[in-house]
Order: sequence, then structure tokens, then C-alpha cells
Amino acid sequence: MNATVTDAAYTTIIGLEVHTQLLTKSKLFCGCANRFGEEPNTLTCPVCIGMPGVMPVMNREAFRLAVRTGLALQGKIASFCKWDRKNYYYPDLPKGYQISQFDLPFCEGGHLEVEVEEGQAPSKVRLHRIHLEEDAGKSMHDESMGGRDSLVDLNRTGVPLLEIVTEPDIRSPEEAKAFLTELKLLLVYLGVSDCNMQEGSLRVDANVNLHLPGESGETIATPIVEIKNMNSFRAVERALHHEVVRQWEEWQATGKKKGEVPKQTRGWNDEAGETFAQREKEESSDYRYFPEPDLVPVTMTAEQIATAEAEVGELPQALRTRLQSEYELSAYDADVLVNQGKALVRYYLEVADACGDAKLVSNWLQQDIMRTLKERNITIEELPVSAPMLTELLKKVQSNELPRARARDVFAQMVETEASLEETMDAMGIKQVDAGALRELCQSLVDANPRIVEDVKGGKQQAVGALIGQAKKKDPNVNPGEVRKICLELIQAMGEDS
Amino acid sequence: MSSWIDLSANELLSQLEAGQVTSQEVVTAFLDRIHQVDPKVHAFLNLFAEEALQKASVVDERRKNGEKVGLLGGLPVAVKDVLCMKIGATTAGSKMLERFHSPYNATVIEKLEQADGIILGKTNMDEFAMGSSTENSAYNGTANPWDLERVPGGSSGGAAACVASQMAPLSLGTDTGGSIRQPAAFCGITGVKPTYGRVSRFGMIAFASSLDQIGPMTNSVEDAALLLEVIAGHDPSDATSLDRPVPNYREALKEPLKSFKLGLPKEIADFNPDPEIQKAVEAALEVYRETGATIEEISLPNLKYAVPTYYVIAPSEASSNLARYDSVHYGYRTDRKAMMAGLEEGDSPLVQMYSQSRAEGFGPEVKRRIMLGTFALSKGYYDAYYLKALKVRRLIRQDFDRAFEQVDAIIGPCTPKPAFKIGEKVSDPISMYLEDLFTVGANLSGNAAMSIPCGFTSENLPIGLQLQVPALEEERLFRIGHLYQQVTDWHQRRPSLG
Ligand SMILES: [Zn+2]
Repeated sequence: MNATVTDAAYTTIIGLEVHTQLLTKSKLFCGCANRFGEEPNTLTCPVCIGMPGVMPVMNREAFRLAVRTGLALQGKIASFCKWDRKNYYYPDLPKGYQISQFDLPFCEGGHLEVEVEEGQAPSKVRLHRIHLEEDAGKSMHDESMGGRDSLVDLNRTGVPLLEIVTEPDIRSPEEAKAFLTELKLLLVYLGVSDCNMQEGSLRVDANVNLHLPGESGETIATPIVEIKNMNSFRAVERALHHEVVRQWEEWQATGKKKGEVPKQTRGWNDEAGETFAQREKEESSDYRYFPEPDLVPVTMTAEQIATAEAEVGELPQALRTRLQSEYELSAYDADVLVNQGKALVRYYLEVADACGDAKLVSNWLQQDIMRTLKERNITIEELPVSAPMLTELLKKVQSNELPRARARDVFAQMVETEASLEETMDAMGIKQVDAGALRELCQSLVDANPRIVEDVKGGKQQAVGALIGQAKKKDPNVNPGEVRKICLELIQAMGEDS
Repeated sequence: MSSWIDLSANELLSQLEAGQVTSQEVVTAFLDRIHQVDPKVHAFLNLFAEEALQKASVVDERRKNGEKVGLLGGLPVAVKDVLCMKIGATTAGSKMLERFHSPYNATVIEKLEQADGIILGKTNMDEFAMGSSTENSAYNGTANPWDLERVPGGSSGGAAACVASQMAPLSLGTDTGGSIRQPAAFCGITGVKPTYGRVSRFGMIAFASSLDQIGPMTNSVEDAALLLEVIAGHDPSDATSLDRPVPNYREALKEPLKSFKLGLPKEIADFNPDPEIQKAVEAALEVYRETGATIEEISLPNLKYAVPTYYVIAPSEASSNLARYDSVHYGYRTDRKAMMAGLEEGDSPLVQMYSQSRAEGFGPEVKRRIMLGTFALSKGYYDAYYLKALKVRRLIRQDFDRAFEQVDAIIGPCTPKPAFKIGEKVSDPISMYLEDLFTVGANLSGNAAMSIPCGFTSENLPIGLQLQVPALEEERLFRIGHLYQQVTDWHQRRPSLG
């Protein structure tokens, strides 16, 4: 099936619409808690249920988070924006309209840089606009007609929702996935959303069609299809792949161009791995938008925008650059660390600044620490070894007080027992840190001189003197008696092993 | 039998404060009057006799103990059934909300309670405040106390009739295009439409949100000043309520006006008001001249567009405001069995439930306006109707602003004709809409306006004089109105109801 596509003479045109719930304490227009997973219809009040006579009051915090997002995405924040009603009937929309922003959104333009393939120049995906609106409730339907009743949960009704709309700048399913991954990372860095697709706090719709060269050099566009119900980034990528092939085949079969058929909405069946035509809406939708008379427009002064700007903080792309330029990490290392999230980067920076060996700390994070987090399914904040504790440990490694291998054991033990470095080392019998380094040195000498070892094993105890000499060369401060004692112990231990 | 019901609210309050009468006695007197007269007038939809007497006894007890008593000090108040209250049903005059019990109190209800007002009951109205005769109520019409064969006006017909027939000394109405002032004029009482945003709309079942205002309907300007003082003020639950201090309106009445200018719009003559009404208004002008006012002719060139503008904007907002009555979460729902039985091949039960419930729950005038508004907001018509209406609204507001640079207040008749016969205009919506000719301007501009009685026709029907002032100039409005009532006694006339 893919064979026809590989040599395809077309360009894939993708635009995304991302809905993300904002992490506010309360809903957008009432005081109800904004929380997932509560008993149905327990987070409601007359306002979000749409009782007669109620009026919305804007949640300033939601607007603040929205503006922060717009600024982080390089958008232009409007000095004046307003609310509009989007009118349609649905059981999970109790007012019969959704309060949204129509012609004057709070943010226009903006872009996000996306690295599609490692080592390639990032591509810039432009944003069309971002607006703030209230979420609808959730419906559970009996599709069999006339059987069970449909159920509605209004806990989600009125939760602040950002709609981020890209320009049709995305040229491949992979790029779409990369965009979403980077956008999610950014939103989480900003602290504006938890972007949990399973819980619905991030939802993606994709618009896709193909551009083909016509016979006289013009561009022919195939009909735009909107794909819905994709519940992971991987699903988005797969759905787009499938849809591109489907559209190519349909183009070849029908020759229908954009505008010749109504815009189609297709769902995604993840198990079957295909998109399917959704029931066509009864008529083309007319939402009868008009300005919401119960709310006043929102104005933003230059000072307010500047304040919001200060709240943006350092973003993933800037951090990657800084880790490379200031900490001399490779692009790969910087990427791995930044993609782990803001808290891990903060942890890294604290330890790296204290230790002064950025690469050493990076290795520790990418190996022992990330493995531990994964194994234990915990966040960096939950790791028993705090940044100052790791600093203390790594300083001992840097000063050779603790051999690297031993340090890893100590780390593992600290994670296990949640004890301090000192307690852990005591418990592990590592009383003198110097002794540890010395033992490591002796071990290396024993390992490096099998002939001498054989001699000693053969009864020539004086042969150990050669090892003492080598040890002195490596570290003039070693205690020859200690070296002698340790080396003999090591050699004796080897004897027992064999 | 001269009794407590013959006194104005302010007179009653003095008697209450002086210990000459108890709140219980006052409430009992009005309840008795209701039982005696309301079977003829039908101003009330619902009475809270028990609760009222209970609350009155609490206020009496507090007063007796020398505790603090609120501004209304145990005075009875009637409330238009468009204001949400936790006790009783809140119907908005509609079958749709026949059994709707609000889980919360409107802000003005809370304010009445805090001021120790005693709520007697809910008054009749045109369904969802749409109408000028109270004939659109789903619960029978209300009669005009001056002529039981005539309408009391509307939509606050019950609110006006109950004051005129001495069933309540104070009453709350709502005014979207004249719904307080026109029934006040028809019933010979004082009715005030405050500045848009002066009184919180939270808990008022919305008709047209950008025009709706709650206001006092009383026997005199002095009484209106008392009631407005109680209900006015900023409400954090209503984003459109004005955050401005509430003046002591009654205190303002004591300050006499020196010289002031009244403007008479020359365009009023174009609409041929009833000659008797013209004569009464001219006589009122003469009264003002004698008190030292100067009368100037002014021009409101866009007044002729006020009614068409209003009948685009108000239905547009209404079509959206009334979308919530979809039978899903509360309110009237069509019989399920009958509906399912009537389903035809391909019908969606959900859509059928919506349309059938709304078809049965709403009356004809409400449906007419929903359709008008839906049409005006539709794709392809929005610019020509809704947007155009907004532009004209701006022009009308400018007309008023310009006029108020010239004069302190605008004076004129409140209605072109006196109260008409029940049934006379039911089949002629346009002539019914023209009832709003002189009143809609204040709603479109957001200014404050008031109707006070200024005479009677040869058929002994009251005539209303309208005064209009710029936004937030209620003190000026009251002073000008009070001045007139100090030298005339039209407002003290009572209908004889046997
Ligand atoms: Zn709520």
C-alpha cells in the first residue's frame, strides 16, 4: 500500500487544532473546582449548569495562564479582546451556547520551532491564533436508538480551555507528532496545563489534504479532511499516515478537488488502524456567533503584558541552547535532559553548578537517575536523593574519595534507604573515604600486574614491593604499609575465588 | 375605611419606626387586600403569606429589642416572577418553567432580605418578559385596576397592577424596552428603569442581556428612591454591574433643584400621541415652568429607528438566552412515550425531544422572537440585521449624549396611547411592538428613565410622563420627579375596586 506513496508527487499539508485545559483551581466562569476524576455532576453550580438567571464572571487566573502561553509561543497579545457566544444545541452544553472568542481572540500569530529529525535544522510551524473558551461537559450515549438513556456529566463544563490553531505548515505525520511533543513540553514547562491526553486535558484534531502539481504548473489541492478522536500523539501520526494514503488513492480514483465535495470529518479507529467517515452533520454548522452581553471585554495594558512576559520563564528551546553553550553538553545530551521536564533540568543545573563537572552530572542523570525514576515510576521531586545530596556524593567521586563503582552502590543504597550520604557510607562500612580510593588504586595495580600477583601467590611476598612503587608514582601521598596490606589482601582474595 | 394600605412606603416606614404599627400588621393589611382584590386583578402568581408573616414577626421582634433593622424595616415588597427565589417556583410567566424551583436567590432578592423587606409573592408578567400587556403570560393575564377590561401594560403588568390596587406598597419590575415604565404609565404609578448596570442582573431570568434592568415600581418618586437605594450597587456576580457607590437617594430629594432645563424631543409629534396624552404632557410642562424650569425643544433624529433596532437586538440576544430551555437539565419536557411513538424513520430522538419540548413549553410570542433573533444572527443575515442594529444603537446613544449636553433631562409622554382593551392587539404584534416607541431609547442608550402619573384621559385611564436623564444621574431624575409630585396629586389617585 505504501508503495504508491513513496514515489508520490505530492506535498502533504497538515494543520492542527489543539485543545488544552488550563491548570486553574476553578472553572472559567464560576467558582467550581477544576478537577478530573470526581463523581459525575459533583463539581457543578447554578452557573455552570446554566440555570435561569445566572451570569458568568471571568476567572482572571485562567486569562493569565492563557496570556503566558501566547507569549511563550511568540504570539501577539491583543490589547482588547472580547467574548462571544457560539450557539448550538447539545445535552452536554447546558446553556445552549459556549462562551468562546470569535473574531477578536486574545492572541494571534506566533510559532513553534520543531526538530523533526535529529541533526536536521528545525522547522518553524506558524500559529494562526489562540483563544480561550469554556469546555463542554461529557456525554455518554446509547447509540442503539431508543434503548438506554444518554448520560451527561457536567463536571467538565466550564473548565478553561485553550484552542491553539496552527497554520497549515506541517508537511508530514512525523512533523505533526514532533510539533505536538514539543508543544506539550512547552505547556508543561509553562505550568499552564498537565496535557494528559487520557484524561482529556489535551485533545488534537488534524486537518489534512494533499497538494499536487497540475499539468500546467498550478497546484491542485485535494479536499480537506478533519480527523478527530485520536487519543495519543502516536495515534495522530498513524491516523495522518493512513489518511494521506487514503486521500492519494481517492484522488486517483475520483479526481475530486478541494471545494468539489463538502469538508469531511473522519474519526480514527486505533485498533483497525484506519480513519472512518463520521456521520455528516445535518447541515453545515452556523454557530450564530455574537458578542457575549453578560461579560465585558478584556483589556491588556503594555505593563500587564510585560508582567506576564516575566512569568514565562526559560523555555525548552532556550534551555537546550544554554546547556550546549554554557555547560558544553552535546545536542543529544541537552535534548535528553530538557525533554525530561523542567524539574529534572532544575535538578541538573543545581548539581552541575555545585560540582563544576557538567558532563559527569549529565551522565549520572541519564544513567543512574533516569533509570531509577523509570524503575520506581517516580518524579525527580520524589527521588530520595536530593540535588544537594547528589552533589555531596559526586564531589567524593571527583576527589577520588569514592571510586565511581562504589559511588553507584552508595547511590542505589541511598535511594533504597532514603538515608543521608554519611549514614549510608557508615552503614556500608565505608568509614574512611580515603581508604576507598586507595583500595581502588590497589585493585587497579593488582589487575594490571598479573605476573607480580602470581609471584606473590607463589610465596614471594617481597614481590609486592613493586606494586608499592607503582602506587607511589601514581600518588606520592599513599601509605606504603596500607598499600602493602591491601594488595596482599586483594591477592589473597583472588586466590580464594579461583 | 382608611387603613395602612393607603399610606406610601415612606409613610408606612415612619409609622413602623415610630412604633405606631408592626410589620405583621402591615403585612396582614396587604395580604387581606390581596385576598379581597386580586381575584379581580390577578396580579400575583404566587403568595408567600406564611413566610411573609414569619419574617415580619422577626423584624418586629428585632425592632422591639432595639436591634438594628434594615432600610426597608419590615415593609412588604412584591417581586416580578422573573427574579429567581429559593422559595416557590420561578416561572418567568412561562409553562417552560412551571415547576422550576431555583436553587439560589437573585442578588436583588438577597438585598431585599438583608434590608428587611418582606416578600409577599411573585407577580404576573408576559412570558420571559416579552410583551406589553401581560397577555403573554402562560398563567392568564392581569387586569388594569383602573378598568378591568383593559390590560395593565407589560411585561411587568402584575408588578404595576399590585401597586396601583394597593396590594403592595413596593414592587420590583424589570425593563428591557419599557417593561417597567409602560405598565407604570398604564396603571398610574411611578416606575423607574435605572441606568444599565446600576442594579445587579444576577438571578434575573434574562430576556435581552444588554438591555435588561431591574427597577422599582411604587406609589411615588420618594418610594422609588427608597427601593432603588436598597437594590442598587455593584455585584461581583454580575460583570456588567457598575462599580460605583450608591448615593443616598432619599437624602438627595431634600436638596431642591434650582434652575434646570428640560428637553422635549420634537420627533415625538411625528408619532401622533393621543391628544389627551399630549394635553396632559403640556400641562406637566406648564407645572415645571412654574417651578422655574425652562423647556427646550431638542432633537433625537434617530428615534424613528429605535423600535426596529430594538426588535433586532433584543430577539437576537433572547434567541441565545432562551436556548438553555432545552428540556435536558430542567424545565418542561415533552411526554416521552408520545414523542417516541411519533418518531419517523431517520428522526433523531434527541432533536425531536428538543423541538417538541420547546414547541409545547413556549408561547407564540416567545417563539416569534426566538425565530426573529435566530434569523438576525444567521450567516448571511448577521451583517444586514444584527450588526446594522448595533451601529444604529450607537447612533441613538449619540443622539442622547448630544441632547444631554443641552438639557438636564428629557421629558415627554411615556406611551403614545393609554391602556388598551384586553385582546385588542393580541393578533397584531407590530402595533404591540410600537408600545415601546418612547421607552426603548433609554434601554438602547443605557440611560436612566422613569414614568410618573401626570393625568387621566376622559375615560379615567392614567397617563404617564416620562423623564430621562444621563447614565448614573438617578439623583437628578428623582429630584425632578419628586418636585412634580410635590405640587401635583396624580400619583395619589387610586382606582375604585369596590
Ligand atoms: Zn460552577
